Amino acid sequence: MLALVVAHLAVAALLPLVSARHRRAAFGVAAVLPTATLLWALANTAPALHGGLTTTTAWAPTLGLTLSFRLDALALAMVVLVSGIGAVILVYCIGYFGAESPEAPRNAALLLAFAGAMLGLVLADDLLTLYVFWELTSIASFLLVGQSGEQREERRAAVQALLVTVFGGLAMLLGFVLLGEAAGTYVIPEILAAGQAGRLHGGVLTAALLLILLGAFTKSAQLPFHPWLPAAMVAPTPVSAYLHAASMVKAGVYLVARLAPGFSDLPVWWVPVVVVGLATMVVGGWRALSATDLKQLLAFGTVSQLGFLMVLLGSGGPLGEISALAGVALLLAHGLFKAPLFMTVGAIDHATGSRDLRKLSGLRTAMPGTAAAAALAAASMAGLPPLLGFVGKEAAFAGFLDEGGLRGWIVALGLVLGSTLTAAYSARFLWGAFARKPGVEPTPVHHRPGALLTVPIWICSVAGLVLGIAYPVVDVLGASYAAPYPHVSGYHLALWHGLGLPLLFTAVALGGGLVLHAQRDRITALAPRSPLDAQRGYELTIAAIARVALGVTGRLQVGSLPAYLATILVAFVLLPGAATVLGGGWPAGQPLYHSVMQVPLAIVVVIAALAVARAKRRFTAVLLVGVIGYGVGGQFIVDGAPDLALAQFLVETLSLVAFVFVLRRLPADFTEERPPRRVRVPKAVLGTVGGAAVAAFAVVLSGARTEPSSTIGEFVRLAPAEAGANNVVSAIIVDFRALDTLVEIGVLFIAAAGVASLVLATRYDRRGRRRVESGQSSPEHEEDVLG
Amino acid sequence: MTTMTTTMTMDPVTINMVMALTVGVLYAVGFTLLLSRSLMRVLIGVVVLGHGTNLLLQLAGGPPARPPIVGTAPPESFADPLPQALALTAIVITFALTTLLLALGYRAFVLVGHDEVQDDVEDRRIARQKVPSAPLEAGDGDEQDVESADDEVEAAAARGRDAAS
Repeated sequence: MLALVVAHLAVAALLPLVSARHRRAAFGVAAVLPTATLLWALANTAPALHGGLTTTTAWAPTLGLTLSFRLDALALAMVVLVSGIGAVILVYCIGYFGAESPEAPRNAALLLAFAGAMLGLVLADDLLTLYVFWELTSIASFLLVGQSGEQREERRAAVQALLVTVFGGLAMLLGFVLLGEAAGTYVIPEILAAGQAGRLHGGVLTAALLLILLGAFTKSAQLPFHPWLPAAMVAPTPVSAYLHAASMVKAGVYLVARLAPGFSDLPVWWVPVVVVGLATMVVGGWRALSATDLKQLLAFGTVSQLGFLMVLLGSGGPLGEISALAGVALLLAHGLFKAPLFMTVGAIDHATGSRDLRKLSGLRTAMPGTAAAAALAAASMAGLPPLLGFVGKEAAFAGFLDEGGLRGWIVALGLVLGSTLTAAYSARFLWGAFARKPGVEPTPVHHRPGALLTVPIWICSVAGLVLGIAYPVVDVLGASYAAPYPHVSGYHLALWHGLGLPLLFTAVALGGGLVLHAQRDRITALAPRSPLDAQRGYELTIAAIARVALGVTGRLQVGSLPAYLATILVAFVLLPGAATVLGGGWPAGQPLYHSVMQVPLAIVVVIAALAVARAKRRFTAVLLVGVIGYGVGGQFIVDGAPDLALAQFLVETLSLVAFVFVLRRLPADFTEERPPRRVRVPKAVLGTVGGAAVAAFAVVLSGARTEPSSTIGEFVRLAPAEAGANNVVSAIIVDFRALDTLVEIGVLFIAAAGVASLVLATRYDRRGRRRVESGQSSPEHEEDVLG
Repeated sequence: MTTMTTTMTMDPVTINMVMALTVGVLYAVGFTLLLSRSLMRVLIGVVVLGHGTNLLLQLAGGPPARPPIVGTAPPESFADPLPQALALTAIVITFALTTLLLALGYRAFVLVGHDEVQDDVEDRRIARQKVPSAPLEAGDGDEQDVESADDEVEAAAARGRDAAS
């Protein structure tokens, strides 16, 4: 299975080679792999339905990371959507994108890469593998929505889709880690078994499940995160049909369906799922009734249907078996009716150049074939027999009505309300796209959609009809998924369950939908009065984040070097300083000095240092620094380090020479204005505290030593024997640690090159521009030099 | 060899008070100079800090002892050669750093005519801004406003720069 996923990504990477020769052929090549995947999945139906087909590849075994994949009933249903509809839509793309379309190569490669990532997501058998593919689909969605990024609208929609889904994805990752650590494994079936056995509990589980649900809700465009989905409709129609109707937005529903058998008994799981799902179903349906762009209408319809699926696949309960069965049926049905409806919109757009249902008129006669296929799909969406949508909806009503009680009735009534709205917007879609409207000129059809645009629509619509009639196939698939739930009802999918409440509910929904459609003018007038606007909420949130970022940056990044250094210094004093005070002890028997000679040298160094701090003339300061350097060199002699002293004297002398070279070009005094007392005193205090901290570290840390270094003996023994040197220090530098010395010489070279180039640049400037003289502190000087 | 190290007379091994005070003063002066606005003072601060660090490295090896040169003294009385080697490397690196900073300071002085570390104009502009300059949801109109606001800040910063120099 890993090979299939990798093959998708590899072929996607090579696809631009095909596009370079023939743009439209690339889509045909791309369609081959999803078709093969679909056939492979169908060929493995038997093992998938009985226990599942598992493969595991070690990724980083020491970290417990594996790439494990599993094909079972739910994965099989999703593969049908991802690969089956994927292949159909890639074929549709051949007709949709023009032969010279500049977007075609990019879209072909990205669509196939997305198909691979989505395949990995639905086959993943462990939470971390799932997460990796989850984020890959988000990125693919961002790139496909954004397209070339030339239009503001595209960029904005792409960023919104990315921010919302990745925000949820990161929350979900946190939930995965909490859940995986609590269960001791990231393998999904083992986690579900632990959940069913009640071995997981407590606040960690609650937090983990809520975070995972957050991820699922954002990805599947549930309330209040849904606005990114209608916004994403700026993408080309095949992208909308594939990512934002058939496959990617189902990832959240899929995740909920995957985990529900283990956790749906817990109120922390089913209450949010039912409340958010029902609210989303109703709000999405209501918004679809006032949309005027056909794609927007379908997008809000998708939001609504995703809420529906969320309720069915996530709510569990005593009759979770039936709702799970209904969920699988509707999962398939939704892919098979929403994809062709989107493709219909694409075909209409292609033929007439418009998607506005107020302008379209009379296409029923102009495009009869497309109209018939779309009507078939819309009928499945509304829930008309004998289509798959009807079969699934019957089961959904039956499950919650049989469950009864407060929860069962509330959900059942909510579903009826949602289904009524669904029927209404299905009718609105057909009316808006194809009906002859009074007062509107029949829309001229510029070019009739070819077979490449219409055949894919027919394939999907007819598949919905065939599966509706061949409902036992779907029943076997759904029953295999629903197996973990207790078997009490003996319910099976069927076209005819006899007269009963479920059939009545379906009739109410259909009738109510037609009534609503008949009253469309009043509804359109009502719709804009919405008290809450989720899109506005998103915009306010983003604006608030930007303002907070600005405030934080403005306060932290003040642009002043002294302020930054002071911050570092304060942190140095507080953190290691506090640790030393709390953890270390002041050594006993602290001597005042070890050698009498240390005292006068120390006095010289201290006096010179204090004088440097107060020096006003540059040359005085440099000379005093020289005094410090020679004083420290003297200390080295006392300490028994003649090599060090030699190096120190040499370096100090050379530094003095270098300083003098520069100083002769600079003003004699420090040009800096003497800062006010309120700035000077804190700086001096901070410096003093920092120095005291260093002295305290030196004493406390050196006091922690219990005996001299044990390496001395070896160095002394090896220096004459191995390096042939009596001076142990030089043996270390040129022999034992020769690589250090080599790098040190490298540092000297780099510094020398830097110094040389800086000095030469100045000389070059002066030759080129006679007027520029160093040391002129005027604005004209700056302009002259910088040009 | 192990017997040799235990017989060494290096007790106590802590840094004595006079040396701790010296290191402390060197660091205090170095830190204070580092915090000032004159590039030359900052550079001198770095040099003073370097002296303090080199001294500290050497002191960490232990109290004064005989130079570690075989044949001049019994090995038991040697000072630890490893910190000396490290301090020697540090001295040379400090020299490289000093000259490079000196050249940088000189170049900066030639270019801008003074050697003061000034506040970053861009950062000051961000701190003064009320609205993010590139909001994700901004319409065309907003962008205009932000741009004109940018111009104002830039002009103010330029005035400030002229006054400072």
